[in-house]
Amino acid sequence: MEDEVRVSIDSDADLVAARAAGRAMAERLGFPRPDPTLIATAISEVARNIVVHVGSGEIVLRPFQDADRYGLVVVASDEGPGIRDIEVALRDEYSGRGGLGLGLAGARRLMDDFEIASDADTGTTVTMRKWRYRDELARLREERRRRA
Amino acid sequence: MSVAILRQGTYLIASIQSDLSDREVLELRHQLSELVGSYSTRGIVIDVAALDVIDSFVARSMRSIVLTAKLRGAETVIVGIQPDVAIAMVQFRLNLEPLRVALDLDAAIASLDRLTRRDAVDGG
Repeated sequence: MEDEVRVSIDSDADLVAARAAGRAMAERLGFPRPDPTLIATAISEVARNIVVHVGSGEIVLRPFQDADRYGLVVVASDEGPGIRDIEVALRDEYSGRGGLGLGLAGARRLMDDFEIASDADTGTTVTMRKWRYRDELARLREERRRRA
Repeated sequence: MSVAILRQGTYLIASIQSDLSDREVLELRHQLSELVGSYSTRGIVIDVAALDVIDSFVARSMRSIVLTAKLRGAETVIVGIQPDVAIAMVQFRLNLEPLRVALDLDAAIASLDRLTRRDAVDGG
């Protein structure tokens, strides 16, 4: 199984590298289009959040596989002052410093799971996942079951 | 350079050559607003086919370029948004107003021809 990839985020130029690394891993894992683009776009937003609000941090890309699914986990972490109100930060209209609320809310819509852990002592960690069933029919059954 | 800017009559054609950093996006905005004045530009085409990510920052910068150019008397058409990028932008729910788009360069030029002619009529 493929190893995790770490991209350190210190300036806006590192966003380009983080996007490219995310897209490459998504393609290697077998994600169909347009998923690699959705993943790269979500990575871009969480990486920019680090650059603009904190200055530096790290993006870790981790593949995961189980019997039914394959997927990619993106963990964006920084040691900044934390996000005061996460609910507010994820609201569409929230504009924080430089209108990044829209970015986080949008990233959440591009991925399947999205969690933020944040406090003033340890900084902020955004964990987001995108996954696919190996069997597309199983996915549709699961979706129908969830909706019922 | 990651953006080639060509002049064709009263139009500027900015062709993005590779994925851009935020800084390069801001540079493009600055360059275009300068050039609009120097060549009495009536229209701008921005070819984004080389961008494989258009996120909130790029979308916001495009809006800003369009609005800035308009204040300088020029219309802007975005051309070449990749199909996967278009899907991502919709799912992201990026605000696309007031972006005007075209599928290819010919369509973009035709669109600018229409827009600038209409301006001339409106303006008397």
